[in-house]
Amino acid sequence: MTRYSAWAVLKAGFSGQKNWDRQWRDPEPQKRYDVVIVGAGLHGLATAYYLAKNHGLRNIAVLEKGWLGGGNAGRNTTIVRSNYMMPGNRQFYEHSLKLWENLSHELNYNVMFSQRYHVSLFHSPAARDAAARRYNTMRLTDSDGELWDLATLKTNIPHLNYNNARFPIIGAAVQKRAGNARHDAVAWGYARGADGYGVDIIQNCEVTGVTRVDGQVTALETSRGRIEAGKVGFAVAGNTSRLWQMAGLGRLPIESHKLQAFVSEPLKPLLDHVVVFGVGGAHFYISQSDKGGMVFGGDLDWYKSYAQRGNLPIVQDVAECATSILPCLGRVRLLRHWSGVMDMSMDGSAFICKTPLDNLYLNAGWNYGGFKASPASGWYFADLIANDRPDPVIANLDLDRFRRGVIIDERGAGPDPKLHG
Amino acid sequence: MSARRQTSGGRIDREQHIRFTWDGRPMQGYPGDSLASALLAANEKVLGRSFKYHRPRGVMSAGVEESGAMVTVGSGVRRDPNVKATMQELYPGLAASGQNAWPSVRFDLGAVNGLFSRFFAAGFYYKTFMGIPPFEWFSKGTGLWMKYEKIIRRAAGMGEASRLPDPDVYDHAHAFCDLLVVGSGPAGLQAALTAAQAGFEVWLVEQDCELGGELLSHADDRLERQRVELVAELEKAGVRIMTRTTVFGLYDYGTAGLLERVTDHLAKPPAYLPRQRFWTLRARHTIVATGALERGIAFGNNDLPGVMNVSAGRSYLNRYAVLGGEQIVVATNNDSAYAAAAELAGAGARVSLLDARANIDGSLLEIAGDAGVSLHTAAAPLDATGSAAISGLEVAAASASGWRSESRIACDLLLVSGGWSPVVHLASHRGVKPVWNADNACFVTPEIGEPIQVAGSAAGIWNTDACFDSGAAAGVQAVKALGGKARAKSMPAIGGWSNPILPVYEIRDPARKTKAIVDPQHDVTADDIRLAHREGFVSVEHLKRYTTLGMATDGGKVGNIIGLALMAEALGVDIPAVGTTTFRPPYTPVAIGALKGRNVGEHFRPLRRTPMHDWNLAQGATMTMAGLWHRPWYFARAGETISEAYVRETGTTRATVGLCDVTSLGKIAVQGPDATEFLNRIYSNPFAKLPIGKARYGIMLRDDGIVMDDGTTWRLSESDYFMTTTTAHAGKVMVWLEELLQTRWPDLRVHVTSVSEQWAGSAVAGPSSRAVLEACVEDPSVMGNEVFPFMGVIETTLNGGIPCRIARISFSGEMAYEAYVPADYTGAMMDLLWNEAQKHDGCLYGLEALGAMRIEKGHVTGAELDGRVSIDDAGLGKMAAENKSFIGSAMRNRPELLREDRPRLVGIKPVDRGEKFNAGAILCAADKVSGMGEGWITAVTHSPALGHWIGLGFVSGGHQAWEGTTLVAADPVRKGNIDVEVVSPHMYDPGGERMHG
Amino acid sequence: MIRINCPFCGPRDHSEFTYGGDASIVYPALDAPMDDWHDAIFLRENPCGMQSETWHHVNGCRMWLVVERDTMTHEIRSVRPAHQGNAAVMSAAGDKS
Repeated sequence: MTRYSAWAVLKAGFSGQKNWDRQWRDPEPQKRYDVVIVGAGLHGLATAYYLAKNHGLRNIAVLEKGWLGGGNAGRNTTIVRSNYMMPGNRQFYEHSLKLWENLSHELNYNVMFSQRYHVSLFHSPAARDAAARRYNTMRLTDSDGELWDLATLKTNIPHLNYNNARFPIIGAAVQKRAGNARHDAVAWGYARGADGYGVDIIQNCEVTGVTRVDGQVTALETSRGRIEAGKVGFAVAGNTSRLWQMAGLGRLPIESHKLQAFVSEPLKPLLDHVVVFGVGGAHFYISQSDKGGMVFGGDLDWYKSYAQRGNLPIVQDVAECATSILPCLGRVRLLRHWSGVMDMSMDGSAFICKTPLDNLYLNAGWNYGGFKASPASGWYFADLIANDRPDPVIANLDLDRFRRGVIIDERGAGPDPKLHG
Repeated sequence: MSARRQTSGGRIDREQHIRFTWDGRPMQGYPGDSLASALLAANEKVLGRSFKYHRPRGVMSAGVEESGAMVTVGSGVRRDPNVKATMQELYPGLAASGQNAWPSVRFDLGAVNGLFSRFFAAGFYYKTFMGIPPFEWFSKGTGLWMKYEKIIRRAAGMGEASRLPDPDVYDHAHAFCDLLVVGSGPAGLQAALTAAQAGFEVWLVEQDCELGGELLSHADDRLERQRVELVAELEKAGVRIMTRTTVFGLYDYGTAGLLERVTDHLAKPPAYLPRQRFWTLRARHTIVATGALERGIAFGNNDLPGVMNVSAGRSYLNRYAVLGGEQIVVATNNDSAYAAAAELAGAGARVSLLDARANIDGSLLEIAGDAGVSLHTAAAPLDATGSAAISGLEVAAASASGWRSESRIACDLLLVSGGWSPVVHLASHRGVKPVWNADNACFVTPEIGEPIQVAGSAAGIWNTDACFDSGAAAGVQAVKALGGKARAKSMPAIGGWSNPILPVYEIRDPARKTKAIVDPQHDVTADDIRLAHREGFVSVEHLKRYTTLGMATDGGKVGNIIGLALMAEALGVDIPAVGTTTFRPPYTPVAIGALKGRNVGEHFRPLRRTPMHDWNLAQGATMTMAGLWHRPWYFARAGETISEAYVRETGTTRATVGLCDVTSLGKIAVQGPDATEFLNRIYSNPFAKLPIGKARYGIMLRDDGIVMDDGTTWRLSESDYFMTTTTAHAGKVMVWLEELLQTRWPDLRVHVTSVSEQWAGSAVAGPSSRAVLEACVEDPSVMGNEVFPFMGVIETTLNGGIPCRIARISFSGEMAYEAYVPADYTGAMMDLLWNEAQKHDGCLYGLEALGAMRIEKGHVTGAELDGRVSIDDAGLGKMAAENKSFIGSAMRNRPELLREDRPRLVGIKPVDRGEKFNAGAILCAADKVSGMGEGWITAVTHSPALGHWIGLGFVSGGHQAWEGTTLVAADPVRKGNIDVEVVSPHMYDPGGERMHG
Repeated sequence: MIRINCPFCGPRDHSEFTYGGDASIVYPALDAPMDDWHDAIFLRENPCGMQSETWHHVNGCRMWLVVERDTMTHEIRSVRPAHQGNAAVMSAAGDKS
């Protein structure tokens, strides 16, 4: 595997780009693997990578029904932050952020993680106090976080709507180490890294059946043949229930909902930070990609859907939010909008856990928050699979937590998946 | 070697002159010109620069697929970057300028990037910029990357958007129709007429300013007559004709998103018109007659200004009377270019035609011969040459071993036709994957399982007359689907050329090194496609994302097919095996401002005001936001600060009486024979035996046992209850009650009605509250303590006959009442009460004072009940009945919810009474001021009663667990750490004696 | 836009409604064991395809509806009120009013 560097790019320029080889192989599936991960999204690929790197496992396959990184990996709005407050989330997302900070070097692939501040606006003293609780918790747990008053916010982002907002901005909660990254690069970086360790990434390979004997999964039936597995991990956010039912396991605390995302025409730098707001029942986030497009989004469509395309009412809602905080966006043109399918869970938090089958492991329920979680998700899922027990950090990210009464509900919205967006 | 305006012809109005500026230079055109045609006529060749290499760009097309002439129109607040000059109608005073270049598009220093293009291949930035070159040294963290990023961001982006608020107004309109016809070319015109004449309501939507589609670019009198007649008949038939309107997306259930450009073509838009209008149109049936776009061929320097597609050359000649060059080369692989070549020769240019095919039939030879076009078969463009614009062309000839460089011709305009791509985007929005038609080398739309049909060139029908027929056939199918009667017409076959197209996507001679551009905005080259293949990015999605092919503002209309073809060639498969990307809405970019309609600024969300709003303001209230409501915050008297005001308000209320607007609380009438049973199921505390004429504070849990809301419910009669909820949850509780009654307990005979808007309410609190009310009711005897005890309810009349219901309930903790009247009587009630209250030296109080009083009393609000707190956490465990089941009763006993060390409601006081702390501080054990802490502070006030800061919050185990211990309120984001003690939350009048008066 | 044919108001945009949840859930009796409540509240089948769900016509008649809709194509197969109507309830109860 060629090491990437400016030197390599220079050499390639002189050789007519002939010295690059495939970033990952396209192997034929073997008959059997020690570990099979279903889903070559960010979480599945990261898991395979860490299984190889942290745990020395080699006989691993990642099965992907389409093309790797083609699901939510390539559709999200790329925000990376760790401003989670609930026990069970706080350490997890902080670990993830720390992995992000060195990810390009870890993978020798520029994932373009830009720590350009996550700025979360608030519009009332009560909201400021609620933000203070969250960001104080962050500061006390080895992370960064601060509050900006209106004057500071105006100095940093002068072109927000300070004049005729329905909900006047009074300040913002800021995490400076947060920002955004290039989503495809993360998928490709993990893929190349895992492949470099000998992980087989098998694309166009859809799991069509799960064979069980007693309390174990013995094999997966796929569109490219039967594959036996020592251990199996599911990492197929959006389609988790379908695979779960293929394994004969019944129901889950998950509903599939679609989330729309939007990008504008590319512009010279217009916004240097990630800006987020939520007030009056609205929810909105925006940043600018390095190519220049404004990338933004808002709420779920609210009805369950597996269709990766959205309807107009949300388009209008998001446009209203966009122009209400950045009035200059009125003339900026929307270039494309699309959607992805989310695993929305009953408390808005994820599952990285064992299952009723001894050798089947689940990684699911990421709601809106999957992208930023990718490195830690892979890290802990790999650890769980390799050691067959969850690390204390993820001890409560299991399917049984509802039975126990553990509530990891950042929103306080209760057991209704659509409310956790 | 230049373009010129013809002395006659074209659809321009030569009587009027339009003055405009380009990069500050004065120019002239005519009504009917686009900005592109006017600039072409003025021989302006270089109009833009490409994204990556800053290569010069000129006009490449005459339509929405334009990828070269991207300009900025306007300045200041109305600056519009990334405008396609081909789609901008010329108007007097239009000021356009080049973008993405410095100092100008004609001479751009950014072109230096092009010198390094060999290093800037697709995806190169993933392989570097991580550390210090050459080997990415000192690579830790993101600091170095972010330095590189600053430079990259400045180089990226095309135009520059204004940071000033968009001053324009946009509308969102709604409509319904039977049939939506998208596109007004021959097929669309005919389809619309067919359906309209059958009596259906038809919308014909055209993105251009005039109807006709490709008919506008023909020089054929017959076709023009046909067009004019059709348009007249359409108007007569009452078709709703929308020009300058793009159907940008097709959504579920026949919903279409339309963007109507109302004033973008006007020099002085009238103030009463919106700039643009977004339509949500619901159509029972849709016909997509969106035509086809001509694509080019990849060859050396095919992006030079002066290279455009053949139909553009034709359109500029026939529609705009601009002959684009004197020495024109037309390069093609299909029949469609011949008519254009002949017309250009007829207009006076010297025209050579290169046909990549070796064998063509006599009809084409005749067309070329008659027009004096110099025809070369088995020939194709290999490499265009010229510095800022094309001046010559190296031509290749087909040989047994592929294309070989053969000769050179001088040329100042090169028109290329590599084939036609039906515009399949709208079907793609519906998730329909197009199918490859090898005979015509294009994707077409298969059967769509919805009432949507494709007609005309959008269906791969090339011949204009056949397009009319296909429109009629589609119209007939629509009529039948809509329930009308019509005689079926057969749909013409796909295709229509007399000679087959020769699939040609790239002309490359291995012996010559040429740079062929596939995506002209992003500078994606043919070599980039091969690089992507080499690195394993072989699926169309990976290809697109890795090379950025098709991700520019033209949405891949120009380059996608070529990219697919090159990848197919590299893989050794057919094009359909590579696949096709999903096209997403909008078809062409849409201003975000248009999509939001009028819900802007203050109108982003509704504002809710109580009927007491104006009265409060008149009394000097300062308002604050509570959700969507405005509520009084405090009533400052002359010169008072907020602190002085609320302290006075609290003191006065406690000393005598205070009035407070509580109208925003939710109010729900719960009525019916089973109302009691219903309430008993949804409240955690017992309601089965609430006597008539009494009220009870109730707590509602969610199904999962967590507190949802609290309020007070009054029993007015056997089966009539008046429920109040918190302001914030009024809507949610109403929905919840309706859900329970309609979906879970349909057998309960209960009806719920939201009466929040119907009743206005005021708290009357303090020792003199009874006296005040006695003076305001017609019959003072109803106020006696025996007949109206604590938690009692009466329905009575205020002076003047105002119907009123009063409950003796207290949130403030004082002896208090809440009096409600029908909303129309608000003013009258408040005048009465206030008049009387003033006799007792009373006051009006707002949320700040109310907050201070409730914090002193330890009463919870939404600040504490945050959706994660159980009834025991809130210190209200006694309100969970032991002897009945209710919503949440099962789940509230889950093990984690019963733990002793859960955070419980406490009061907080600073150890040093002179200190202050904030809500949002984390409560930590004194020896461990880090980690998740032991609790948090939810609300604070400077207590009027106690004379120092106090707070409410939660601490693990409750205050009993921390008896005599000092905790730390840690607040790193604001002021730092303060030593505190936690106490019972009932910090004032803990026995509740004041309420019982 | 999903068009829902409200039995009381006619075909309307889905944005007039609030989405409810899985209509196949049968909530247990209030005194049922915790496990029954856990399953009803937290576990979902979440099918890709035709399923049954509730919608609430908040900006119309405020009736709760049970809709059979395909979660992949969004095609609606049927719409009926969640509540059968008081007459049906009364006659089922033998009208003990």
